[in-house]
Amino acid sequence: MSERSPLSRRALLGAAGAGAVVAGVAGGYAVGATRDEPVRADPEAVPVAFEGRHQAGILTPAQDRLHFVVLDVTTQSRDELVGLLKEWTQAARKLTQGNEVGVYGAVAGAPEAPPEDTGEALGLPASGLTLTIGFGPSLFERDGRARFGLGDARPADLTDLPLFSGDRLDPSLTGGDVAIQACANDPQVAVHAIRNLVRIAFGRASVRYSQLGFGRTSSTSAAQATARNLFGFKDGTANVKSEDRDVDDVVWVQEGDGPDWMVGGSYLVARRIDMRIETWDREPLAGQEAIVGRAKGSGGPLSGGDEHAAIDLTKRGSDGQPLIPVTSHVAKAHPDNNGGARILRRGYNFVNGTDGLGQLAAGLFFISYQRSPDQFVRIQRNLAGPTNDALNEYLVHRSSGLFACPPGVGPRGFWGETLLG
Amino acid sequence: MRRTLLVTGLAAASLSLLAACAEKPSEADGTVAVKAADSSCKVSATQLKAGPTTFAVTNAGSKVTEFYVYAEGDRIMGEVENIGPGLSRDLVVDLPKGDYQGACKPGMVGDGIRQDLTVSGKAAKELSDSAELKAAAASYQRYVESQTGALIDKTTEFVDAVKAGEVDEAKALFPRARTYWERIEPVAEIFGDLDPITDGREPDAKAEGRDFTGWHRIEKQLWVAGNTDGMDPYADQLLANVTKVVQESKEKPLTALQLAQGSKGLLDEVATGKITGEEDEFSHTDLWDFKANIEGSQAAIAALRPVLEKADPDLVTLIDQRFKALDTELDQYQDADTGEWAGYDTLSKEQVKRLSDSVAALSEPISKVAAVVAASA
Repeated sequence: MSERSPLSRRALLGAAGAGAVVAGVAGGYAVGATRDEPVRADPEAVPVAFEGRHQAGILTPAQDRLHFVVLDVTTQSRDELVGLLKEWTQAARKLTQGNEVGVYGAVAGAPEAPPEDTGEALGLPASGLTLTIGFGPSLFERDGRARFGLGDARPADLTDLPLFSGDRLDPSLTGGDVAIQACANDPQVAVHAIRNLVRIAFGRASVRYSQLGFGRTSSTSAAQATARNLFGFKDGTANVKSEDRDVDDVVWVQEGDGPDWMVGGSYLVARRIDMRIETWDREPLAGQEAIVGRAKGSGGPLSGGDEHAAIDLTKRGSDGQPLIPVTSHVAKAHPDNNGGARILRRGYNFVNGTDGLGQLAAGLFFISYQRSPDQFVRIQRNLAGPTNDALNEYLVHRSSGLFACPPGVGPRGFWGETLLG
Repeated sequence: MRRTLLVTGLAAASLSLLAACAEKPSEADGTVAVKAADSSCKVSATQLKAGPTTFAVTNAGSKVTEFYVYAEGDRIMGEVENIGPGLSRDLVVDLPKGDYQGACKPGMVGDGIRQDLTVSGKAAKELSDSAELKAAAASYQRYVESQTGALIDKTTEFVDAVKAGEVDEAKALFPRARTYWERIEPVAEIFGDLDPITDGREPDAKAEGRDFTGWHRIEKQLWVAGNTDGMDPYADQLLANVTKVVQESKEKPLTALQLAQGSKGLLDEVATGKITGEEDEFSHTDLWDFKANIEGSQAAIAALRPVLEKADPDLVTLIDQRFKALDTELDQYQDADTGEWAGYDTLSKEQVKRLSDSVAALSEPISKVAAVVAASA
């Protein structure tokens, strides 16, 4: 076999755009950039560091697009599982930096061999891609039997989430051994990443389900504008932000919380929440605002002020009723009503086409990160059920998953090294 | 019926009569008698001399049987298929020094009843890379020939039943005859114009504005209409085309690279046609075809085994492991006594998912075989 040089996605891009090879130049430079004249980086295109104390994709300012996949591990062998995690990590390092997977990538391999990289991201920048992994309770134990020698390593908190009133969970969309969240500013980059990771896993892990998302519904940084959900409202204004002083306490597992392997990690809750779009659209504006507890235009709370004004749950109108109805989403989700519980929301809108009756099959793919699953459970208990959050009339929870996301990896580390290394 | 299958390039095989069954397996001199019954497989000798050996196989049981000679990794050195109760057939195999297994498969099911065979004397010649590829192609050609013989026989029986209006018999023969077709599908597909009219599906025929013909035309009549009305011309045409494929396969044997591509092609067939239940949409006999495709892929890999062992032994180990896992998943749907497969419409979504996972797991390493073969050339 002849010598072939590994070609990076960006090298190819540079060669095609400017006739000059710019391999080695950091990502995010516009096509045609040379070493001497760096063009101002497009912040949407730059790569996000893969390594670190914490995994990227949690506090990272929320990107615009999501491809989320849940897999079940099919091998029985711990060695094969470790091998898979190492191969995934190797691929994730390349993908997040805007490179092709494998030694030869998409087009430099033997013509008789299927390309190592599937190729649809050729010419695209890293696009802020982050890949974040989490382990579900069933990776540790299934049907009462320990798996991969991990029986004792399962954190006590890592169990299936309790059933909440109003849940209509589809078993095929619930649970799962491993979750991988791919977020990027270009949907094709996110899809490419998950597709290639799934391909690497064939024979060792099998996809349970996957979900595409768009239009981040939460901001994880004060620098980001608050996005709107498919009900047309600004969502997660009161979300924890990376700039908040207590963010570490809310998001990251601390020493003494549980098993040491999770220190620096976080618990991921993922739930597909279908929205009854058409009936919502027929609700009068005042009704919609009373259900949410905010003004639709400005996003300000009904107790007054702009979007970021403090929420006053006690302020009453001329009729003597609270301006923010007690059953409104804002009131129910407020920390004051949940024993101070806060979470970092990182969800996305989704539309899976239509439902066969011509209605949008759409909703919110809810994602939250928290130091302990209990934070989510307390909030959701308060929201759940038709007699609680008025919004529930328009929501159906179809999927539920809880995953323990280990801490970040170092230069030679691999995903889950603290657990399986 | 007595037929000798020449499975090597020998000019003339010694058509010795059945050697008397020795009480104790001993060293054979050119001929080994094999007595295949429903639960036993007796060979007259287990110590053989290198060179051509004739296995005289007699089916003393009540089920249709087959006899295989396997080298390591179930590489088929030779086989006779479709030996009815009371019938005999000879199989001539040129075996170099080494360890082998003989296997009878009563009911043509499972791994078979196996018997170790040791061959002493002249070792196989060390082959150059290109000679090794040629040997692989020749080995697969022996497989194709064994399959095509049975294919013609079973298709003839099927066609006769259709023309005689024997609906139940024709339905029983349909998946059995197709087994031989599906095992060597890459061969059939090389003859591009014959495949669509023999194994094409109704929507494609409609879209292309031609008459819907072949296996599936008759399948539709048998299962949907429940009769054989108007099927005579389709039956005759089917046999004529199958015969043509068989003839052409003899004239144009596959190269080693085509073989490697074929092993992947068969799995693609499974993933796109059988897993979806589209292949046999009227009879739901997809699992028969599924198994046959897998066996065909396995035979192709077995023929390439010496090449692959040399170039990428890890790949061979992985492929072996994944074939085994798929067989375990698949074989639970076969009735061990009758050899019949469960109707595809009886499988749950979860069961289909597990089959699909196993096929995907195998397809990934199989997709790498062609490049290994190409690099060995």
